[in-house]
Amino acid sequence: MPVELYRIDDRLIHGQVVVGWGQPLNIQLIVLVDNEVACCDWEQDLYRIGVPPEMEIRFADVATAVRDHASWMSDPRPSIVLTGDVATMRALLRGVDTIRAINVGGLHHRPGRSPKLRYVFLTPEEEAELREIIASGVRVTAQDVPAARPVPMEEILATSVAEKSG
Amino acid sequence: MTSSASDADSSQLEQQAPRAIIAGHGLFPEGMVSAVEQITGFGNVFVPLSNLGLSGEDIESRLRARAAELNVKVFFTDLPAGSATIAVRRIMRDTDGVVLVTGTNLATLLEFVFRGEERPGDAARHAAEKGRTALAAQGDA
Repeated sequence: MPVELYRIDDRLIHGQVVVGWGQPLNIQLIVLVDNEVACCDWEQDLYRIGVPPEMEIRFADVATAVRDHASWMSDPRPSIVLTGDVATMRALLRGVDTIRAINVGGLHHRPGRSPKLRYVFLTPEEEAELREIIASGVRVTAQDVPAARPVPMEEILATSVAEKSG
Repeated sequence: MTSSASDADSSQLEQQAPRAIIAGHGLFPEGMVSAVEQITGFGNVFVPLSNLGLSGEDIESRLRARAAELNVKVFFTDLPAGSATIAVRRIMRDTDGVVLVTGTNLATLLEFVFRGEERPGDAARHAAEKGRTALAAQGDA
């Protein structure tokens, strides 16, 4: 079964992912692609603890994710592949050319980021990376939960350009 | 003022001091505090903190700051996999004596309120048990 959702979310595995998307999509496998978490058992336990037993959590660094992506695609269980930032998703996309759509689910305020949506704040570098992703033919939308309207990233980035011009 | 009246006032003031933080999604924390206040008049036992619009790092730093400011070590959260719960677990890693109750419901919080004489950790554990037993599905439809 194809991966149901490729998501960028700086909270990583949390309520919106496990319940908000996990239940309606019947997600049974979550793969967290994060170089730091992938090498830290304590961090991995932290994210495993709150997840229901019917849901498997796997952790991978980017290189492992690129290597193993095909096996996730052939896994019969519906899955989510998750990164905590744009750069990691972009690195995954460089190694996997079958990903067609990306969901930006949560990039919250931090110094250097500007507000775009209630749950999306971006640095200029992240905006540039997202433009590159879009230019490569991948559809990028912002959508925190399934019931929300997916907002095309082009629309969000165009607003940024308009604000700068104005 | 008599001695006993003074003692009662003092006890009530202690009861009203914040003893725990409620953290979770949306207006869950504020809503729970409001419900406790409506039922008992002791909503001040809890301090609400919503994760709304915050990164995981910001949730953790705000929880740490509030806990230090209030000198409380008991946290009630809504969802086991939620970002507030994850943040509290990070705090537990480097802070002794922290107690986390997750899956919190109103019965849990009410029980905690009325266990003001116990150590906060003991009160939290008893409250969790009360909350667990309060959850029920009734009817045969």
